[in-house]
Amino acid sequence: MVKLTIDNREVEVEEGATVLQAARKLGIEIPTLCYHEALAPYGACRVCLVEVATGKRSRLTTACTYPVWEGIVVRTDSERVIKARRFIIELLLARCPNVPQIRELAEKLGVKQTRFKTADDECILCGLCGRVCKEIIGSSAISFINRGIERVMETPFEIDSEVCIGCGACAFVCPTGVIKIEDINDYRKVEIWHAQRELAKCKDCGNRFAPVATLKYLKERIELPDDFFELCSGCRRKKLGKELVNIVGSSSDSSNP
Amino acid sequence: MKKIKTPSELEKLRKSIVAGYDFSRSCITICKGTGCSASGATTVVDAFREEIKKQKLESKIDIRTTGCHGFCERGPLVVIYPEGIFYQRVSTEDVAEIVSQTAMRGRIIERLLYVDPVTGKKVVHEKGVPFYNKQLRLIFGNNGRIDPTEIRDYIGLGGYSSLNKTLFEMKPQEVIEAIKQAGLRGRGGGGFPTGRKWESCRKAEGDIKYVICNADEGDPGAFQDRSLLEGNPHSVVEGLIIGGYAVGAKEGYIYVRNEYPLAVKHVGIAIKQAEEYGLLGEDILGTGFSFSIKITRGGGAFVCGESSALMASIEGRLGEPRFKHVHATEKGLWDRPTTLNNVKTWATVPLIIDKGADWYAKIGTEKSKGTMIFSLVGKINNTGLVEVPMGLPLRELIYGIGGGIPGEKRFKAVQTGGPSGGCIPEKLLDLPVDYERLTEAGSMMGSGGLIVMDEDTCMVNVAKYFLSFTIDESCGKCTPCREGIKHMLEILTDISEGKAEKKDLEILEELGNMVKETSLCALGGSAPNPVLSTLRYFRDEYEAHIKDKKCPAGVCLELIQYSIDEAKCTGCGVCKKECPQGAISGQKKEPHKIDKKICIKCGICLEVCKFDAIVVE
Ligand SMILES: Cc1cc2nc3c(=O)[nH]c(=O)nc-3n(C[C@H](O)[C@H](O)[C@H](O)COP(=O)(O)O)c2cc1C
Ligand code: SF4
Ligand code: SF4
Ligand code: FES
Repeated sequence: MVKLTIDNREVEVEEGATVLQAARKLGIEIPTLCYHEALAPYGACRVCLVEVATGKRSRLTTACTYPVWEGIVVRTDSERVIKARRFIIELLLARCPNVPQIRELAEKLGVKQTRFKTADDECILCGLCGRVCKEIIGSSAISFINRGIERVMETPFEIDSEVCIGCGACAFVCPTGVIKIEDINDYRKVEIWHAQRELAKCKDCGNRFAPVATLKYLKERIELPDDFFELCSGCRRKKLGKELVNIVGSSSDSSNP
Repeated sequence: MKKIKTPSELEKLRKSIVAGYDFSRSCITICKGTGCSASGATTVVDAFREEIKKQKLESKIDIRTTGCHGFCERGPLVVIYPEGIFYQRVSTEDVAEIVSQTAMRGRIIERLLYVDPVTGKKVVHEKGVPFYNKQLRLIFGNNGRIDPTEIRDYIGLGGYSSLNKTLFEMKPQEVIEAIKQAGLRGRGGGGFPTGRKWESCRKAEGDIKYVICNADEGDPGAFQDRSLLEGNPHSVVEGLIIGGYAVGAKEGYIYVRNEYPLAVKHVGIAIKQAEEYGLLGEDILGTGFSFSIKITRGGGAFVCGESSALMASIEGRLGEPRFKHVHATEKGLWDRPTTLNNVKTWATVPLIIDKGADWYAKIGTEKSKGTMIFSLVGKINNTGLVEVPMGLPLRELIYGIGGGIPGEKRFKAVQTGGPSGGCIPEKLLDLPVDYERLTEAGSMMGSGGLIVMDEDTCMVNVAKYFLSFTIDESCGKCTPCREGIKHMLEILTDISEGKAEKKDLEILEELGNMVKETSLCALGGSAPNPVLSTLRYFRDEYEAHIKDKKCPAGVCLELIQYSIDEAKCTGCGVCKKECPQGAISGQKKEPHKIDKKICIKCGICLEVCKFDAIVVE
């Protein structure tokens, strides 16, 4: 275990934990945008900046990436930290002035408007979508292309990527909601990644419910009865209910002749 | 070649190489560095070979092609030994005469001599050229003396004797102590103490460790590392082996920029030769110590020179910086303890081992030891690569070695440290150049770039220029660097077009400071320097653009106007003829006029007018 101080409060956490995790243990809130507990830390958005002092020196660093050390002194509420976070969110507000999540965070950090020239983007380049696709799904259907201000999340060659299974994990982790998943008739469309995937038909009701590719992916990895992959969630629930009634029903039959 | 197995065999070989030299014979050395090759050195070399064959002088005259001498501006350079006669701007037409007159008879060809721009005197010998004799060429000097593709040249000059000494007389910790005592600091820009870096890598746990040579050299205008690798690759190879021994690594990498094919070639040859001689590979010099070197070719992006991006790139991943709260010396390449140093740092190592830490520590200033190689470019008489002791005043570099500013213009500023460095004004010309002083002045040592600017330079434009470089080179991963530089450039553009307000200057300054403070890697951490330093020393020039809507240096197109001074105009009509827009009108022998509505400010009239009548304001 490692002992450290955050905002004058002592806390003990396991070795290898980050300052962010330690702060959360104390209930101290640190804003994050490019962080997700299921993924490797990335340190790109910089909104989680905190001040860390080791010995006499104190510097700004990202809480989501910084591993705890014995005896470090962390400040999450110093003037320097507040100023830095406001600066970062002001930059993101200029990039995405119309994304509600960014506006909310800006407001929370005390930034009402940006002094910089505004654009109208909806992606903050946090990279969560690409990382979940690679680290969790193992598909790597999307990644960053280009450098600097030209950087964008994209599929290779900007065309539908074969390895995309249409699972929607990217949309789930995206902090801005720019990745939209639409199930229209027989297909699931992920327009931003140029993808269209066929939806499987439910064995019972015949409704389309999940992409064939996603089901195939899950079937190869998760051991569950075939039913699970062939029925829509509604029918699965129904079937489960029916089975339950049968079981309960038959048992009550035997006890109550 | 039979592998060398013992120190005495190496010494015997060196003696036999030296004994083979006939110092009475003439030797014509021709620089085939990048600069001289660009100005025709290759055809000059061919012409010499042919001429010597034609005159049947093969047994009397040797030819040697060498790496860069640094004085590229005057290339192709030819030095004739034993006298050391120095010819510059040599062309194929001069070859026959040089062979028959100078090489055979020791006669001087006046027209090929260098004229010192300060004294106006002709200089005969290489060591008499002020550009050279004010330098201290410790790691760069041998470039002119050896054929980089010939290991025997290097051994003849004492090469690999430091490796010998290291392996037979020193424990790894003693090597580290020597580097620490010498006070060597990283030449890749940051100036981190090399000995301390090695020590923490040595102490790090793990049986597999690596050493890496950073030869990415992404700064536009810098070619020091390239010249060393091309001109004296064995010095870097030897340094790397010694470093490997000291930190406990058996493998080394040289990460070379892809645009440097000749460096890759020469390093490749050097590695092969060193292996053949038993100086590299398994069981070096029979000591049981084994070490190998691989060459990796870089992706070409500026940011790939940053340590974490470079290691990612060697691993075959995207060359993007990572946060590093654990030093690379503990978890670097493939998460193994790794020591990364710059080309010049590695090349200095054999020198320290050979001459001793105390000798080295006497050169330079209190905290910055040894020499630094600068690339002197811009508005300066002698451009090229110069090696000087740390602590030399800027004035000495610019006026003493560089020969001052051409064309009676006034010095305005010198930009040091590459695209992320800062601009230093005239009032700081006596600043001794070392790591600390440059940083205090708002600039940095960086890769050793020195761009001299004269009075015709607009500092807003300079800041804009460097930022348009970094905006393209930022990897775009982190918010402040990617977004912040963009907004800085927007504001600079507004200023240069007269569209900015007073408050923009404060926003610009805040952006600069905050991007530095909050970026993930040192690219964002230093990119604002050109802006911040010009704001610090040339604020009035910014204000003139904003308040008066004027560009004092007459550079920013939106803020200048061309007109004709009636008193000076003779009505010769040259400008009228040359103006591509037809914006100039006037009768012969009458004062002419520029129609400001049509004028596109191309500046052609200014160039062609012989009477100084074109006014830019
Ligand atoms: C954007 C960026 C580019 C860099 N480019 C180079 C380079 O081309 N060559 C180099 O030696 N160091 C470069 N560095 C510095 C390296 O990260 C590292 O500090 C250096 O190679 C360490 O060697 P040294 O201790 O010998 O200086 C760069 C750093 C940054 C942030
Ligand atoms: S699309 Fe969403 S998750 Fe992906 S990089 Fe952009 S903001 Fe992040
Ligand atoms: S500071 Fe710039 S170059 Fe470095 S990680 Fe951030 S965006 Fe990339
Ligand atoms: S959440 Fe830490 S840098 Fe993005």
